[in-house]
Amino acid sequence: MNRKRWLMLLMLISLVSLLAACYGGGGSDSSGGSAESDESSEGSETGESEGGTLHMATPGELPTVQTNGNLDGLSQTVMLNIYEGLFRLDENNELSAGMAEDYEMTENEDGSVTYTFNIREDAEWSNGTPVTAHDFVYGWKRALDPETFSPHAYLMAPITNANEIQDPEHELYGQVDELGVEATDDKTLVVELNNNVPYFLELLANPVMFPQNEEFIASQGDDYGLEPENVISNGPFFLDTWTHDQGWVLSKNEDYWDSENVSLDAVDYRVAKDASTEVNLYETGDIDVANLTSEFVDMYAEDEAYTTNINTEVYFVRFNLQNEFLANDNIRKALDMSYDKAEAAESILKNGSIPAYFLVPEDFVSNEQGEGFREKHGNFNMTDIEEAQKLWEQGLEELGTDSITLELLSYDDDQRKAMAEYMKNQWENNLPGLTVAINQQPNKQKLDLEGKQDYDMSFSGWRNDISDPVEFLNVHLSDGPYNWQDFANEEYDELVKKAQTDFSDLDQRFADMQEAERILIEQETAISPIYQSANARLINPSVNNFVAHPDNTFSFKWVTMEE
Amino acid sequence: MTRYILSRLGYMIFTFLLIASLTFFLMQTLPGSPFNDERLSEAQEKILNQRYGLDEPVAMQYFKYLGNVLVGELGVSFQFDGRSVTTIIGERIGVSAILGAQAMGLGLVLGGLLGIIAAVRHNTFMDYTAMIIAVLGLSIPNFVFAGLLQYWVGVRLQWLPVAFWQGFEYSILPTISLAAFVMATIARYMRSEMLDVLGQDYITTAHAKGVDRWKVIRKHGIRNAMIPIITIVGPLTVSLMTGTLVVEQIFSVPGLGEQFVNSILTNDYPVIMGVTLFFSLLFIAVIFVVDILYGIVDPRIRLSGGGRN
Repeated sequence: MNRKRWLMLLMLISLVSLLAACYGGGGSDSSGGSAESDESSEGSETGESEGGTLHMATPGELPTVQTNGNLDGLSQTVMLNIYEGLFRLDENNELSAGMAEDYEMTENEDGSVTYTFNIREDAEWSNGTPVTAHDFVYGWKRALDPETFSPHAYLMAPITNANEIQDPEHELYGQVDELGVEATDDKTLVVELNNNVPYFLELLANPVMFPQNEEFIASQGDDYGLEPENVISNGPFFLDTWTHDQGWVLSKNEDYWDSENVSLDAVDYRVAKDASTEVNLYETGDIDVANLTSEFVDMYAEDEAYTTNINTEVYFVRFNLQNEFLANDNIRKALDMSYDKAEAAESILKNGSIPAYFLVPEDFVSNEQGEGFREKHGNFNMTDIEEAQKLWEQGLEELGTDSITLELLSYDDDQRKAMAEYMKNQWENNLPGLTVAINQQPNKQKLDLEGKQDYDMSFSGWRNDISDPVEFLNVHLSDGPYNWQDFANEEYDELVKKAQTDFSDLDQRFADMQEAERILIEQETAISPIYQSANARLINPSVNNFVAHPDNTFSFKWVTMEE
Repeated sequence: MTRYILSRLGYMIFTFLLIASLTFFLMQTLPGSPFNDERLSEAQEKILNQRYGLDEPVAMQYFKYLGNVLVGELGVSFQFDGRSVTTIIGERIGVSAILGAQAMGLGLVLGGLLGIIAAVRHNTFMDYTAMIIAVLGLSIPNFVFAGLLQYWVGVRLQWLPVAFWQGFEYSILPTISLAAFVMATIARYMRSEMLDVLGQDYITTAHAKGVDRWKVIRKHGIRNAMIPIITIVGPLTVSLMTGTLVVEQIFSVPGLGEQFVNSILTNDYPVIMGVTLFFSLLFIAVIFVVDILYGIVDPRIRLSGGGRN
């Protein structure tokens, strides 16, 4: 009897102490961390400057603040706000001043180009050391060094020898000192380019081109970038607190050269992992900006806080030309013209996305005369079900069959899942004899299958890094690394390759790229464009100048809050 | 007993190594790679693979990896540049453990009570009510239950925070969401075991001898019904305390469950391996403890294979 009681007691005590230990340990840790961030944000709200705090939510932990790291949209947004390159993109996505005070460009006789940048005197890191030309040289070389290689080093391509240094087959591989960049003194940066690439300056606003301070990074060792104390900033904000997987606070950097034009005191990021949670948090006033998935658009479309922002991102179906049916021109064109893209954008996506009959997006680039890229050819292969059915019959006849089964490789998120099902439905209804099997895969696995060309049709997408149509067109070069379809057209290759290297006549280049797109879609129908994506979000009406760039990153430098 | 424990420890180490090896080779069959971004060319992918030692032969990687595991070195995440796997687990496991323990405690108490009431008042209104609650708890998917709780209690009534993890009040809704399932499971087991026990001859004998009704239930009923409960409580506790995807997601709880799923989706090998090993270690330990507990709860169960001292 006594023994039993004793045992019961022991079990109870151990259970209670286990609970207490857990709550005490982890609990105080996490609440301690967030209390800190609360204080700092409240502190700044009532602080001397009346800038206010912008409350943001994001679905996951911040992956990295190292400019050499994986640049997903979230990391990139944080970097754009805590660091600064030679230039930055402004509210209208135009170049605006950054670390460079001014620059000079000279064309050399061999077609190469030399840029000389003067770094502003008052540019400082948040630890007080000045930002120098050496920081740029170090950062760029570090991004190319195989030991610290950045997944975004491909953006450096225009710089002399950048391609060779990242080619394991080339004799210059890893020889970062051969990169065409030099600091002639502390504040002068000289960059050599192979060609007069018109979009080079814009490239400099990308995090992979940001400066990095050698002395600081060396002093941090393996801890560099892991916690706020392991980071120094040169941008409008600095990383103030970071409670992992819960949130982080970017506070105004008073040492920033243009800090008088930064109104916000802080940006308080919270991790809200679920789309409907984000909306609920907006409703309770916990956050100022909420992303809306399609199912919430109907609820808020009339709200004054509702905004949409079109991205320069186009989704399209890749046709794998190794498939005997898809190798037939008529079959591909029939597939492209036989599903209602306008209806899909309007009733499935609902977030401001527009139907795409093109690869190079709307609202993207214009030529010297101000003529938009889309103006010349407009839309290709508009939806026309009767015409599509005619082409389909013709194709079937040529192939000598009356039924075809095709697989559609697709994404596994709700929105794009719905889209793939819609396409399957339309195709099967409109094209007699066609069966479509959807194969949903997580993104990494999907990419793997695409790379191996182990699919028939693939729901795919592309987004640009710089504002140039060649970004979209080089995907389909016959020997390009992203051509996972066996598509090859000599004329197309010629036009696109010329556009990659020949910048002597920009108007001709523009027309060449328009022609290349026509070949790709109207003539060859190598892809079937589906839609140009947009994001719908709620922005608290008291937040002004919230800048969402077309690659879905944000700039907080110009945000102001009304009381 | 000592011999038993020692041999069990041997098996535990063997099981652990087996799991480590199996996970490693299964992971090799995961399609995709951590670095197959849309924008990376093959050459660039090669450089990155080299940087992280993924270009070495699989056998080589395997032995290196086992060696590292044995000294407790779990490597560095690909997804979060430079962050070590032990830090990632350490930052999140505390939160998952608190939430899991709270849910387990609440579920155990409520479920136990419901089960006992249902059994004692068998075939009465109370029994039916208790079982309806239990069936609801089992059959309503927890994303629906959690979503409803969040909307009504958090957004409409504003009694409790909608999400995040900043103190006890933030843990209430996720705890309730998780506890519903535990409560239902325990209640059903408790009821059927109790009914079974209460129908035994010795219970009738005890009643006949005039022992107080509640004393019989307490000393004979509940105690005997505990054995199956212990069997399920152990593993259930571990799975709750190591994180739960849905509830963590809905209430933005910074636990380990969601991180684990993400690491699989992004082919973050070191994190996948580290978390799997951590989970298995916990499971192995808990199963061991459960076996020992059997002997305590029911002295008829002999652990050392019939040896009598």
